[in-house]
Amino acid sequence: MIDLVTPLGAEVLDLRAGDRVTLTGTIYTARDEAHIRMMEEGIPFTPEGAVVYHCGPVVQDGKLVVAGPTTSARMNALTGFLIDAGIRALIGKGGMGPEVVKQLRGRAVYLAFTGGCAALAAAHMNLKGVYFEDLGMAEAIWIVEVDRLPLTVGIDAHGDDLFEAVHEKAKTQFHQQFNIKQGTAL
Amino acid sequence: MINPALSDALADATERALAEAEIRLPPDVLAALQRAAEVESDEGARSELATILENVALAEERQVPICQDTGVPVVYITLPPDIPLSSAIYDGVREGVRRATVAVPLRPNVVDPITRRNTGDNVGLGMPAVHVTPGERFTVTVLPKGAGSENASRLGMLLPSQAADIPKFVAETMLVAGGRPCPPVFLGVGIGGTFDGAAALAKEALLLPVDTMDGYEQEICDAVNALGIGPMGLGGDTTVLAVKVKRADCHTASLPVAVNVQCWACRRATVEVRL
Repeated sequence: MIDLVTPLGAEVLDLRAGDRVTLTGTIYTARDEAHIRMMEEGIPFTPEGAVVYHCGPVVQDGKLVVAGPTTSARMNALTGFLIDAGIRALIGKGGMGPEVVKQLRGRAVYLAFTGGCAALAAAHMNLKGVYFEDLGMAEAIWIVEVDRLPLTVGIDAHGDDLFEAVHEKAKTQFHQQFNIKQGTAL
Repeated sequence: MINPALSDALADATERALAEAEIRLPPDVLAALQRAAEVESDEGARSELATILENVALAEERQVPICQDTGVPVVYITLPPDIPLSSAIYDGVREGVRRATVAVPLRPNVVDPITRRNTGDNVGLGMPAVHVTPGERFTVTVLPKGAGSENASRLGMLLPSQAADIPKFVAETMLVAGGRPCPPVFLGVGIGGTFDGAAALAKEALLLPVDTMDGYEQEICDAVNALGIGPMGLGGDTTVLAVKVKRADCHTASLPVAVNVQCWACRRATVEVRL
C-alpha cells in the first residue's frame, strides 16, 4: 500500500495500474456542470498538484452525509484542461476514455473508488468549503479533507488502463460466445 | 375533489418507503451479494465485493443512504377497489418525496432536461413517475433509480426473426456499459409489448425477487457473466447477480426488447398505506 498526500507531485508518475494506494489531504468534487463552469470562468482552486473527485455528495447542515464516486466517463470530453493546468489525480468510478488515458500520460493518474460505497467514503471525509454553490448540491465543487481514503490505480501515467484491459477481454469473449465476425454486432 | 387525509397518509407511506429503500438493502439483494462474495475467484473482485458489503453495513449502522446518488423515485401504487384514482394519489406521492428529500436526506436530483435547473425537492414536471394498478391492499412501492445504471440501459426493436438473439442483445448491453453502471448489476429485461411497454416491463422486472431465476434468465445471466467484466469493470466472475424477465405479447412484425440496468444497490421497499 502506497500512501499519497496532497498536493501531489511527480511521485504519481511511478504508480502502476492495479496498485493500491491511500490518499490524505484536500480534494475537490466536480461533475459535468462544474467542469463546464471551470472551462468558462477558470479553476477556483490552485490546480497544481490538486486532486479532482468525480462526486456529487449528499450534504446536510454543513456536513457530508454520503459521498461516493460518480461515473467518470461523463467527463471524458471535459477533462483535458484540468490535466493541462496541473491536476495530478482524478478519482472516480468506471474508468475514462482513450483520450483521457492519452492526456494522463507522463502527467497524472486515475484512481478508482468502489461505486455506490458512499457511506464508507464519507467515513474518510470532512467538508471544508464550497465553490459554485449555485450549481446545486450534486454539481457544486465541494472542498473535502480526506484521511487515508483507500483507492486503486485504474489508469497510470504510462498509458496502462485496467478497465480497457478488461473490456478487450470481454469483447473477445463476446465475439466467440455469439459467433460474431468483427463489426457485425446487433 | 380534495382529500387531505388520503394524501397525507400516502405522503407518510411514501416517505417511509423511501427511507427504508435508501438506507437498507432488501434481504434478497443482500443475500445475492453475499453469495457472490463467497464464490468469486478473482482477488481484486473479492476485495470490491467486500468493500460493498462493508458499505451496506455502515449505511445501516449510521442510518444514512447507501449511495450518494439517491436516484429519482419510481413509484408503484396498488389501489384497492374502495379507493378511487384521483389527483389526491399523485399529490400524496409528491409530498412524500418532498418530505423524504429533507428527512433522509436525499440529494436533489431532478432538473429541467434542457436548462438543467434543479427543482430542489426531487419533484418536477412528470417526476416522480407514478404507476397505479388495481390491487387488494393500498400499498406504495418505491424503486429509487440512480443515473449510472439507468444511463447504461438500452432498448432495441429487434426483428421477429431475431428471438434467439435476445441473450446476445442483453450481453452486448453490458459489454458496452462495462464498469459504468456499477456492476455487479441486476438486469431487468422486458420482452414484447410496444416500444414504451417493453421499457416499462424491464423496469417492473427489477421489482421481482432476485433469489430465483428460471432457465431462460439463468442462460442470459451466464452469458453476461462469461464476459468477465466483474465488479466495477475491474474484472472477475461477478458481472450480473440476477436477470429477471417480464414479457408481453406483441405485434406480429415486432420484437421490442428493453434492458434496464440496475446497479448492485437494487433499492426497493413497499409500505402499506394506513388510512
